[in-house]
Amino acid sequence: MIQNLLFDLFSFILLGSAAMVVTSRNPVHAVLFLILAFINAAALFLLAGAEFLAMVLVIVYVGAVAVLFLFVVMMLDVNFAVLREGFQRYAPIGALVALILFVELALFVTGSTVAPGAAAARLFPTPDDITNSQALGSLIYTNYLPLFQLSGVILLVAMIGAIVLTHRDRKRAKRQNLDVQHARLPAETLTMVSAKLGAGAAMPQPKKETL
Amino acid sequence: MLIPLSHYLFVAGLLLVIGVFGIFMNRKNIIIIMMSIELILLAANINFIAFSGALHDMVGQVFTMFVLTVAAAESAIGLAILVIYFRNRGSIEVEDVTLMKG
Repeated sequence: MIQNLLFDLFSFILLGSAAMVVTSRNPVHAVLFLILAFINAAALFLLAGAEFLAMVLVIVYVGAVAVLFLFVVMMLDVNFAVLREGFQRYAPIGALVALILFVELALFVTGSTVAPGAAAARLFPTPDDITNSQALGSLIYTNYLPLFQLSGVILLVAMIGAIVLTHRDRKRAKRQNLDVQHARLPAETLTMVSAKLGAGAAMPQPKKETL
Repeated sequence: MLIPLSHYLFVAGLLLVIGVFGIFMNRKNIIIIMMSIELILLAANINFIAFSGALHDMVGQVFTMFVLTVAAAESAIGLAILVIYFRNRGSIEVEDVTLMKG
């Protein structure tokens, strides 16, 4: 009973905040509604019995991905009013496609039942005597170890790719280079100028800095 | 699981539809498009978790973790591409992206 009420509450907030994500005028508000949507999805995960993944969703999405979105939205100085120009124009076709998709999904959900042999076809039934994270850990570190390692490699590749893409070698930045400093000779930096009396000496022009 | 499977499937279906609708509505704003993709992946995750709970099978939760990993990697790479695109062009209008063709 209480579970049903909580499910209705969380799914209502989830869908409402998801709708606000796609329609809100200010992208910062969109990111904050995305965070709200993820927290409510984590609550739905809890109701379905996936405690570990609910916490992972909060940590990974709210702690990392949403903050990354927020960082990018605030870092880029974008004129968001220009980006919303086609909003009204695309609304009818978008609503039409969404309606067709939802009708199809609703027909599928209402018209299908779980096959009677589904319980026999389970690969790894949920154990009742150990906790959820223990059951998940005993599965990903044994039967799904290669896939688990591979997902780590995917994250590593993504990290390296993001760094390589956004890193720029600033040639204009003045960095200290010790080897160059040590190899300098007095002849390269000092010039002897014999100034005539009363006339002074012309300033030697420094070499142009190449970018 | 006390909550029927079809309720979860309806919520996930609505979430997916909202995500698709968001992609259509915000054709120019790639940041919102990426958030919509995150919503669609979240709908897939809710389906995995719901079936895992209804059928008492752990494999759905294992797969949800892989989907989460791929989604995090995708958004990191996508935002990195977005940052360098903005640095080169000074805007993030995705309708100009065809100019990037070789």
